[in-house]
Amino acid sequence: MADAADLALRMGDSTLILGHRVSEWCGHAPILEEDIALANIALDLIGQAQMWLGLAGETLGRSADQLAFLRDAGAFRNLLICERPNGDFGHTLMRQCLFDGWHLAMLRRLIGSSEPRVAEIAAKAEREVAYHFERSSDLVIRLGDGTGESHARMQAALDALWPWVGEMFTGDATDAELAGAGIAPAPESLRAEWDATMDEVLAESTLIRPESDFAQLGGKQGRHTEHLGHLLAEMQFLQRAYPGATW
Amino acid sequence: MSNEWPLWEIFIRGQNGLSHRHVGSLHAPDAEMAVKNARDVYSRRNEGVSIWVVKSADITASVPGEKGPMFEPSQSKIYRHPTFYEIPDDVGHM
Repeated sequence: MADAADLALRMGDSTLILGHRVSEWCGHAPILEEDIALANIALDLIGQAQMWLGLAGETLGRSADQLAFLRDAGAFRNLLICERPNGDFGHTLMRQCLFDGWHLAMLRRLIGSSEPRVAEIAAKAEREVAYHFERSSDLVIRLGDGTGESHARMQAALDALWPWVGEMFTGDATDAELAGAGIAPAPESLRAEWDATMDEVLAESTLIRPESDFAQLGGKQGRHTEHLGHLLAEMQFLQRAYPGATW
Repeated sequence: MSNEWPLWEIFIRGQNGLSHRHVGSLHAPDAEMAVKNARDVYSRRNEGVSIWVVKSADITASVPGEKGPMFEPSQSKIYRHPTFYEIPDDVGHM
């Protein structure tokens, strides 16, 4: 029977992997102000991962650090969109906006979870993510409705990322059990709200929503793209090379 | 360089009741983004409850070369400080 630990592992892995991805911009963003903003978002996500993985680890008998640094790709339960490479700045912002819209809707429902520890983490994360979405949607609108080049880049990013959207709203047996127990909403139940929000953002951005419903699936079950292994190689290097190292 | 975003001066109020203080400057395409950037650059350690932004170009400053006539005359006018009044003990802190 699925319990809060299953949900915490999925939320923790998604926030950890996306947090690491966003942190890859540190020192590389187009301007200093964006560099700091992205680093803040990465740190928010990694902080949330610490809470979620801490909760999951209580059941799994491992610490948040052990879960983050000592599991191989097949044991990760993150959404596939979180492990997509950064691409250009517009691609990163589009990924962030698509994910933030889902993340915010998810957290707002998790605040009403039957599991008090889940509700507590969600309430703390919701404020951070509300700002993430405000920022990412604002920048998607500015760049989509910007110059010819920025518009073309944002449309290309939207088209490239679209196949990774459906997984956020596709439930499996674990999700059904979590929904049955009132621990988490059914993923499908978030779709209408996300659609309405995202349609507004896209309309203002003058971007065209892709029509395909094709969705790449598997992240939540541990079937990942080739990109996750490379990400982990970098993220886990220190603990793998120097086991137990601290500073 | 004309293709750079304008510079903005950032003022942050640390606590309710205190006045906004100048904390630094940053680049942004417009005022709304300047507020967002200020939030990320200058209030990430819980420094603020309110942010003001103003275009640096909109600030008119006194001229450093004129600081003699501007400020020196007040140096010799110690009577402008209220230090010559006896304050009764029961008034307490003023």
